[in-house]
Amino acid sequence: MTERLVIVGASLAGLRAAQAARRSGFTRPVTLVGAEPYLPYDRPPLSKAYLDDEVPKKPFFRTDEQLRAELDLDLRLNTLATSLDPSRRVVALSDGDELEYSAALVATGATARTLPGAEKLVGVHTLRTLDDAVAIRAALDAGARTVVVGAGFIGSEVASGARKRGLLTTVLEALPVPLVRSVGEEMGHACAELHRAYGTDLRCGVKVTGLESAHGRVTGVTLDDGSIVPADLVVVGIGVSPSTEWLGDSGVQLHERDRGIVCDEMLSSGLPGVYAAGDVMHFPNPLFDGELMRLEHWTNAAEQGALAVKNALNPAEAKPSAVVPYFWSDWYGHRIQFVGVPKADEIRVVSAELGEDKFLALYRRGDRIIGCISIDRPAQIMKYRRLIMQSQPWADALELAGVS
Amino acid sequence: MLRIVVDHGKCAGLGMCEAEASDLFEVQNDGSLLVLNETPGEDRREAVIAAVESCPTEALSFVQE
Ligand SMILES: Cc1cc2nc3c(=O)[nH]c(=O)nc-3n(C[C@H](O)[C@H](O)[C@H](O)COP(=O)(O)OP(=O)(O)OC[C@H]3O[C@@H](n4cnc5c(N)ncnc54)[C@H](O)[C@@H]3O)c2cc1C
Ligand code: SF4
Repeated sequence: MTERLVIVGASLAGLRAAQAARRSGFTRPVTLVGAEPYLPYDRPPLSKAYLDDEVPKKPFFRTDEQLRAELDLDLRLNTLATSLDPSRRVVALSDGDELEYSAALVATGATARTLPGAEKLVGVHTLRTLDDAVAIRAALDAGARTVVVGAGFIGSEVASGARKRGLLTTVLEALPVPLVRSVGEEMGHACAELHRAYGTDLRCGVKVTGLESAHGRVTGVTLDDGSIVPADLVVVGIGVSPSTEWLGDSGVQLHERDRGIVCDEMLSSGLPGVYAAGDVMHFPNPLFDGELMRLEHWTNAAEQGALAVKNALNPAEAKPSAVVPYFWSDWYGHRIQFVGVPKADEIRVVSAELGEDKFLALYRRGDRIIGCISIDRPAQIMKYRRLIMQSQPWADALELAGVS
Repeated sequence: MLRIVVDHGKCAGLGMCEAEASDLFEVQNDGSLLVLNETPGEDRREAVIAAVESCPTEALSFVQE
């Protein structure tokens, strides 16, 4: 068998995987396959600085030269993996090539879901790729009346960017409180407050039924009460689906809910030599009672990309992916940070108890702390992350917060 | 001797380094990073490497002097 590492998906997890392979002394060929025409780039800035800055900075992690020379990568951009055959240990590509692998990493991430009929209309976008960001930025530059469908983190960041430019901005959310599922009710209210404080028209508990258009261009969003919200730009932020269509025939286990690839805690898919990392996959997290999770977080993709490859290349010394989930989001100049998991027996809004402005809430499961969320408290969040990582008792977290 | 180098232009105050080695790094209230000990002893080498590798923005490095 040719010794070759094939990494499918040339984004954060894929790049970190390639770097980890080289750093751990792997000298055989490494092929990085990416569907997009671009070198690996960073996504978080796309809904933040890329929309705001006068001259947007190119978000590429590395130059072509660096990738080929420093990492000695066989880069196949603008190329899709179309299937994986575990018996022959081959990944087939859209250009007809077939790559034999000794180890393979699935790092194909996720694609944004959209509304029916959205593809055909000018002015309706999701925000997942650089192309999406370029288009949204152009619309904002042109002064678009902006409607965001879904009050999730990415949509809310776009709303924040639109308001920074003084544009008329509406956010439509189906739930009565935004983000309840990801952070809980109190925090959802705190987030809603931010939108309102900065002049975004946040409407909760509304159902979008369709898109209005004229001459192939979007003109508004229709709601279930029959009203129409006028729009020149509609950004749909209603979640993502793992990119696993190409694995359909591979025999790999896909999750029944979202078809994300299901792995064990070592990030192995169960097929010999095939591992996965990042937004595309579910794994049982040993830090949280083996709870199966699929995370859509930057730090997780970076950490898992590196770990999955080390495990793939050296299964005898494989380590489990025991990550404390962590993400941040920047709204209207405020930084929201969340560590841990939101499914809790109790959530205490510590900042309210202490009479402090800046939001801080702690999440308890059993007698330990399992999560923490804050707004504009960058110095504190990592201290709670450490407690969560070490499965520390709830009482210690309360003590750190200064409440009892 | 190990010396920790921070590129403050790149650091986003995300604190992953602090999560790895709280005796060496501390994010401040304004989101900036304070290095508590720029020249840790050899016994902290592993921790320094872990912190450098964990930094999402690649703001951290170390030099051998
Ligand atoms: C606008 C935006 C803002 C974000 N902001 C934050 C934030 O503030 N904080 C945070 O923690 N996280 C944030 N995230 C999430 C973070 O960027 C993701 O978790 C991370 O990008 C996941 O990396 P990944 O490598 O797993 O997948 P992805 O980045 O999705 O990359 C997967 C790559 O695989 C390619 N691909 C797919 N199928 C194939 C195929 N068959 N063959 C070849 N290539 C394929 C895709 O084209 C893509 O380039 C944000 C995401 C977006 C989109
Ligand atoms: S991990 Fe990197 S970005 Fe985060 S605080 Fe440390 S140096 Fe700064």
